[in-house]
Amino acid sequence: MQFIQLVISGLAQGCIYGLIALGFVLIYKATETVNFAQGELLMIGAFAGLFASTVLGLPYWLALVAAMIATAIVGFGLERVVLRPILGQSAVSIVMVTIGIGYMSRGLITMLPVVGTDTHTLPVPFRGEVFRVGGLVISAEHIVIIVTTIVLCALLAALFRYTKVGVAMQAMSQNQLAAYYMGIPVKRLSSLVWAIAAAVAAIAGILLAPLTFIHANMGLIGIKAFPAAVIGGFTSLPGAIVGGLIIGVVEQLAGFYLIEGFKDAAPFIVVLAMLIFKPNGLFGERLAKKV
Amino acid sequence: MSEPMPNEPILTLANVEAAYGAVKAIRGVSLKVPKGAIVTVLGANGAGKTTILKTISGILDPQKGSIAFKGEAIERRDPADIVRRGISQAPEGREVFPLLSVRNNLMMGAYTRSDRDQVARDIELVESYFPILKERADQDAGLLSGGQQQMLSISRALMANPDLLLLDEPSLGLSPKLTQEIFAIVKRINRERGVTILLVEQNAALALATADIGYILELGRIVMEGPAAELAEKDDVKEFYLGQKDVGVRGQRRWKKKKMWR
Ligand SMILES: Nc1ncnc2c1ncn2[C@@H]1O[C@H](COP(=O)(O)OP(=O)(O)OP(=O)(O)O)[C@@H](O)[C@H]1O
Ligand SMILES: [Mg+2]
Repeated sequence: MQFIQLVISGLAQGCIYGLIALGFVLIYKATETVNFAQGELLMIGAFAGLFASTVLGLPYWLALVAAMIATAIVGFGLERVVLRPILGQSAVSIVMVTIGIGYMSRGLITMLPVVGTDTHTLPVPFRGEVFRVGGLVISAEHIVIIVTTIVLCALLAALFRYTKVGVAMQAMSQNQLAAYYMGIPVKRLSSLVWAIAAAVAAIAGILLAPLTFIHANMGLIGIKAFPAAVIGGFTSLPGAIVGGLIIGVVEQLAGFYLIEGFKDAAPFIVVLAMLIFKPNGLFGERLAKKV
Repeated sequence: MSEPMPNEPILTLANVEAAYGAVKAIRGVSLKVPKGAIVTVLGANGAGKTTILKTISGILDPQKGSIAFKGEAIERRDPADIVRRGISQAPEGREVFPLLSVRNNLMMGAYTRSDRDQVARDIELVESYFPILKERADQDAGLLSGGQQQMLSISRALMANPDLLLLDEPSLGLSPKLTQEIFAIVKRINRERGVTILLVEQNAALALATADIGYILELGRIVMEGPAAELAEKDDVKEFYLGQKDVGVRGQRRWKKKKMWR
């Protein structure tokens, strides 16, 4: 029972990692940029949700939608204003810029008077509720995380599979030159992918809020989600989620069964093992990428 | 459809120059493509054929010169804008989307269109030209053979419902038989649908037999032009592009490299 209990909370935590990893992979596939500010987008999303619910007084679900939209606009703007002008620079410079964006976002949030340096609680309608199934005690927060993640993944899968824009996003990540030849607006779609990744991060932030509260440094969780993306092969969307779940569960179990300190190291140990035994990740790309 | 010769040009290039960084690839190319015609540009490797087509499609901006399509200047436009105006291309090396299904590749060719019913009809049309595309509709395009990918690439370009279709070496890597078949269909597309075609080729014999008008490009410059049938009769062309040795050596060689007949 104990074990199942741990696995369930590990899965919930893993969903958060998976959603952040999804953002890494989305942006990487579309623009070949690794966005190290993904965690900060999560933090911005959580603060946006906090603002929507405490200042604007929106109910939880509406606050979630508002935060998604606001953070999507931030993501769209970042691509358009910061990333696009430096397109074609070396990968290292671009990565440095995204790390810089992360630092600046944290700095800017801390500079907000009163709210900036504090830890906040997002009002949630299901706070503290639990479900008892057999001998298990499952918190509503965990269930909301898992269900929301499933719904979100289904929506994204439908977007990429059944909509023209979604298929075009896949197309441009497979062969950007051909996408230009087809008249696919590659640049506009890149902005759109950043917006989607940011919206997903915002959802992750709001789902995470009941577990860790909202504060300027909550985005550092992105560092743990990065291994999740690596485990999934870094180019696979389902891989990102599965990678996240693996990290979440391993971390929970390690935290309980192993001595103190293993919990935080666990994700990286899993990644090291993965890089040794399966260097392309669980879902590595089937075909070599065209240049 | 009609006899193409007297028609006004749908596309006009005037003194177009384009370069890759410091490498000048085309140096003042002028050519006219009459509406409804099949025009071919022949040239050796590195002559600048692909560069001309890239410049027309807006993938590359020209440094000098002008490109007019249906009377409007289109140089330095966005590739998407150029597709919308009615120019689509099957680029060199096919460039299919390897992990998308054959059907989705075709749909991407129609990205700029919103007339769903007509798009569905055009899918049926290209599948009637190349039945293999229907058989393999749900398979990843990366799994098709080279020749099948070429059929997909041409069909995908047709899905934009272009007035002008640019084809970059459709015969590349194909068997002579398949090349013949593809050229026959290109001709059919031209005659049945009235699509104007600008065809870049190394297979000079087949290209000149298919086209109405030919241009010969050498080191980034047009060195000869005329009705395709007349070009095919010229001794220089015969010797260097059609690989006929019996023409006899006359004067200095104007072509650096002898073309292979394929
Ligand atoms: N991406 C590039 N960067 C630099 N130089 C290039 C590039 N593409 C082509 N060139 C140069 O431009 C010139 C024209 O090339 P282009 O590809 O237009 O030739 P082509 O006639 O299509 O040849 P082929 O028959 O081999 O396809 C060549 O000298 C080539 O080396
Ligand atoms: Mg070429």
